Parts: sequence; structure tokens; C-alpha cells
Amino acid sequence: MARGGAQASADERARTLEQLLAAKEIAISCGAGGVGKTTAAAALGAMAATHLGGRVLVLTVDPARRLANALGLEQFGNVETRVPPEEFAEAGVEPRGELYAAMLDTKASWDDLVRRHAPDAKTRDAILANPLYANITGKFVQSHDYIAMERLYELHTAGTYDLIVVDTPPTRNAIDFLEAPDRMADFFSSRLLRWLTAPAKSRLVNMASKPFYRVADSILGTQFLEDIAQFFLLFQTMAPGFVQRAESVARTLSDKRTTFLVVSTLESAPVREAEFFMGELDQRGLHLGALVLNKVLPSYLRRTVTTPVARRLCSDAATIAPQVADGIGTPDDVARVLHEVGESFLNYQVVATRESEQQAELARTPEVVASVPYFDQDIADLPGLLRLGEQIWR
Amino acid sequence: MPLDLLDRRLLFVTGKGGVGKTTVAAGLALLAAERGQRTLVCEVDAKGGMADFFEAGPTEFDPHEVQPRLFAMSMDTEESLKEYLKLQLKVPMLARVGPLARTFDFIADAAPGVKEILTVGKLCWEVRERHYDLVVVDAVATGHIVGQLAAPQGIRELVKVGMVRNQTDWMIDILADPRQTGAVIVSAPEEMPVNETIELAGRISGETDVDLAAVIVNRVLPELFGRNEEAIFDQLREPEHTEALAAAAGGDVGPILEGARLAVTLRRTRAGHLDRLRKGLPGDLPLLYLPYLFTRAQGLRATRQVAEALSQELGY
Repeated sequence: MARGGAQASADERARTLEQLLAAKEIAISCGAGGVGKTTAAAALGAMAATHLGGRVLVLTVDPARRLANALGLEQFGNVETRVPPEEFAEAGVEPRGELYAAMLDTKASWDDLVRRHAPDAKTRDAILANPLYANITGKFVQSHDYIAMERLYELHTAGTYDLIVVDTPPTRNAIDFLEAPDRMADFFSSRLLRWLTAPAKSRLVNMASKPFYRVADSILGTQFLEDIAQFFLLFQTMAPGFVQRAESVARTLSDKRTTFLVVSTLESAPVREAEFFMGELDQRGLHLGALVLNKVLPSYLRRTVTTPVARRLCSDAATIAPQVADGIGTPDDVARVLHEVGESFLNYQVVATRESEQQAELARTPEVVASVPYFDQDIADLPGLLRLGEQIWR
Repeated sequence: MPLDLLDRRLLFVTGKGGVGKTTVAAGLALLAAERGQRTLVCEVDAKGGMADFFEAGPTEFDPHEVQPRLFAMSMDTEESLKEYLKLQLKVPMLARVGPLARTFDFIADAAPGVKEILTVGKLCWEVRERHYDLVVVDAVATGHIVGQLAAPQGIRELVKVGMVRNQTDWMIDILADPRQTGAVIVSAPEEMPVNETIELAGRISGETDVDLAAVIVNRVLPELFGRNEEAIFDQLREPEHTEALAAAAGGDVGPILEGARLAVTLRRTRAGHLDRLRKGLPGDLPLLYLPYLFTRAQGLRATRQVAEALSQELGY
């Protein structure tokens, strides 16, 4: 495999994303919504497939179908799909490896999990047909947190891929997602579950004896509690496998082969979330590999020597215009253009300066900090992803 | 004639992360309060960002008046449960509510929908009790809002009897009444926010009882040039004219012209997305536009600018 030689030892720390990803098997991209996590993950996946070789998978767990757009794949689901080599050829690139993409389908992944862990066909069918199960896996929020980690673990241990780049939901969710395996394990060993899955008779005795359960009963109704109980009775049969699995999943996150990439723009709210997330990673002893700053405005906008010139274009447009209008347009029209151009520069300068301050104020920064310039065109295809990737790779 | 946004009682403001959902929720609430409505603004995913928009201390579950007639709170499902138990069950054993809430945390994980119902329930309750003229919710992002708005139906399907089921009935009455409740999607003239807005508009109409009240497009960049002016600009970028301009303006104008070119391209790319957005949404759905704020990104000053822009768009 093409990537073996690139493994970095402890004393040669990764200085670039290329080195970082050469040394890791899982890269988890996280950050606030709208900062370009998915695009960054896809771009890095494409770069890794191109330059490092091997089989690279980009897995997106975000409910929205963003990666599909970015990779130009109309339809891809829970199953990993190879990005056609022709797409690389069209981009003028001959990749050393192969790029795959997959989107997390929560429902399908849960079904797979049940099929794998159910002790027998009868239990399996009963679980899959249970109304609560359908709700948990389909309708409601948060069930994708655990399943995302579970799927990542499954893909990783299957050993099919040399590198998996994962894209996550926005940060506060991403924290949930770090905790999901532990929560799942906790849940199966909880008192509540033991009570719910106790034989119905003793449960009634318990219930009568404890005001606590009377409350629960009057709030939710006996039938609902019975539904829950039945569901968990079924689920309980899978508990040992589940708990063990959840623990393994948690271990994968803290494994040396896993790294986290925090993505942010330089707007204040995303920067705050990035800081929060970097702190959380630190506290949990997880590996913070890189900070990727996206949509960074060009540095020429911050030039202070240009500021008075732009101001003059605004204030003295009427006197400057006649000196340059010859052969271009009427002095009035030219003056309006000069005023607009000067004002626009000053506007963008405020933003660029504010964002550069944000960067300077970042308290904790990892070894690798990469900046992606503001692309004035949207990135919607593989060539675009590779162009973006080139900016941050080395 | 679409219903006036601020005449409703409960507005869920959602949108893709990063488009300025909280900014718009804060602006709408400030505008309503300034127009004399007693207003509650509630931050649901408790990122604490709301505090910055009013330059007040961190928001808590108990609402605080951050501006005249404007109260801010952040949702906390455990607190919501405690309040619910206190009000509905007259549970005397306050001390025992702690462990109960922890247990409910497990139930909430086990039977999802419980956390959502505690959130939606609290908000509907404030509306039902007429504590405020308007409740503005800085709701969850696009990926989760349908689950949140549909939680009462979901619970009703699962829970056949008991207090929770009875509670869902009046919640659904409030949520499904377009005179009372509306959803607002905040978008931005960029590719993914536009895609998500169009998709979400369909899902809100198809999968929830809540009326889609408006789409608010945030961060609309100004048009730099009118007719003929872009041709003039292109000429100015020719070396001989750039030199003449530099001499007349007394300094290097290269970065200024380059910056303007970037601004024009950004604006143009975004105009294409705006077109796509208009075409992808129902024709009778109100679309409001908010300008990109260069000078301030945060703070009461920015919130006030948003409120003013909204006020203009709403024709006040």
C-alpha cells in the first residue's frame, strides 16, 4: 500500500495536513454549522486519494445531502460509492489511490446493527416491527449520534480503507456524538432499564410502592411504559454485544490513529465554537490534529496604507474623476464608480481586520493551522475540491 | 394576503447553521418589543450566543428583561420538566425532582421526542397562558427542526393515554393554527443554505402542522454598480487607467480595485443563488431581505440594525 512509509514518528510531528493525514487512519472534521466542514472533509479526502494513495473514504453524517453535491454524486446512500476515476481525469489529475464517498443513513444503519446483534430471527423481527424502534431510528433527533460513531467503527475495523475522513454535525452536536458511545453503554446498565425490563408483575409491585413511578405512570400512561418495556426487553437481548461494541467505538475515538480537524471561519460565533470544541478535545485527551480556517479574506484588504487612498476615492470622487474619466465615461459616472469602489474596500477592510483579530485571539491552536482563501466561486465538483485542497495540503 | 409575521403569537426561527439564525431571531424580537409587544425570545440550543445580541448577561431558563418589554431565556429541558411537574402534578416532593429528572434523561434518550416535547411544550404553554404577546424561538437548525415541530404528533402516536397525551392536544391546536404559530426559515444567498431552505420549506409543509410564515434571506451583498458603471470599472482596471487613478488618488489603488472585483464576483454568484431560491419556493411565500452588515457582526448595535432592516422589509 502506498501510504506505509509516511507514518510519522513521535519526534517528527506533523507540520502539514499532508503529513497529518499520512499518519492517521481516521480524521474527524468538526466545527460550527456553515463553516465548510463537509467541503473541507471532502477536499482533504480527495487530496489524500490523489497524493497519498490507498483507499480513502469520505463519510458524511450530516442529515443534509451536502457531500453529494460537492462530489457531484447524484445519489449515494449508506453504501460506499467510488468516485469515478474519470472525474479525476476530467480534473486533470491522476490519483495514486481511490476515493469513495458514503452518507450515513440512520435508519438503514440501525437496521443493520439490529440484524447483527439480535440473538435470533424472532427477536430481530419483533424489534424491527416495534413502533418505538421505528420512531427512535427514523423520526427523532439525536439517534444518529451513536450510529455515526458505530458506523465509523465498523468501517474502520473492516480494514477496507486506509483513511476515513468523517464529517460531523455542528459542534454542540458533535460533543453529543463524542459522548454517544458512553451514553449508549450507560443506558444499557441503567437502573431504569433494569426496572423497565423486569417481569411485569414485580414492576407493578414496585410501581405501587414508589411514588416516583406513579408519577411516571400518570405522565406517560401505563401503555406507553409497557411499550417502552417491551421494546427494551427485546433490546436487552442485544445488550452484551451492544455494550462491548459501544466501548470499542469509544476506544476508536481516542486511538492514536484518530485525529480531529476543527474547521472554522473567522466570524466570531464559529470561532467561539471552535475554541470550545478544541477545549473539549483537550479535556478528553483526544487528538487535535489541525485547525482549518475557511473563507479567509485576502490579506491585501487589510493593508493600512491603502485606507487613506480608499477614503479619498470616497470623499474626493468628484475631483478625482475628471482626471481619469477621459475615454472611460462621463465624469459623473466615473465619480460614482470611484465612490462605490472606495466604499466597498473600506467595508471589506473592516471585516478582514475584524477576522484577523479573531485569529490572533485564538488561545489554543494545534500544530497545523491551514487557511483556505475566500473562493469567489462555489465549490460544487471534484476539480473545485482539489483546488481548495491544494491551498491547505502542504 | 399573507398573515403579518409579528401578528402571530409563536415564531420558530430556523435555518442552516451559520446563516445568522440567532441574529434574525434577536432582530425580530427586538422589533416586536419596540413596537410595543411584550416579547419573549428563547434560545433553544443554548449556545449562549443570544446574550451577545443584547449585551446582557448569559440567558437562563428564567426569562430576564434585556430591553424594555423584551425578555430572553434559554431552554433547559430539565428545568422545563421540573416546572411542568410543579404546575401540572402539584408534585410536593421538590427534593425528589432531581433524580426524577435524571431518570427522565434516560427516558428521553430511550424514547426520543421527550426532550423535544418538553421544549415545544414549554413554548406553547407560554403562548397559551398569554404571558407574552409574542414568543420568538431561536429554534434548532434545519436538520432537526422538523423533528422538533412534529414532536407532539410523534408523541401522540406513541403514547395512547396519560397526561402527556392529553397535553399534546392543546399543543397541536396552537402549533397548527397559522394565526398563532409560524415557522421562519433564515437563509443566505449561498449554495447550501439555498438548497436546504428549499428542501426544508417542503418538509415543514409536508411533515408538520406548522405554517411556513416567511423566508428571510440574510447577508445580501450590496450591488456595487448600476448600468454602464461596470464597463467603467473594467476600464479602470486597465493598466494605463489604473496608473492615472493612482496618481490622482495619491497612492496604490491596486488592492482597492482588486477588492471591488472580489465584491462584484461575490455579489454575482450570490444573485444566482437568490434566483434559485425564489424559483424553488411557493410564489405566495413572503421573502424578506437583510443586508450584509459590514460594520458590526454582533452586539446590540447589530441587532438594532437587523430590526430596522426587518421593519423596512415588513413595511412598518
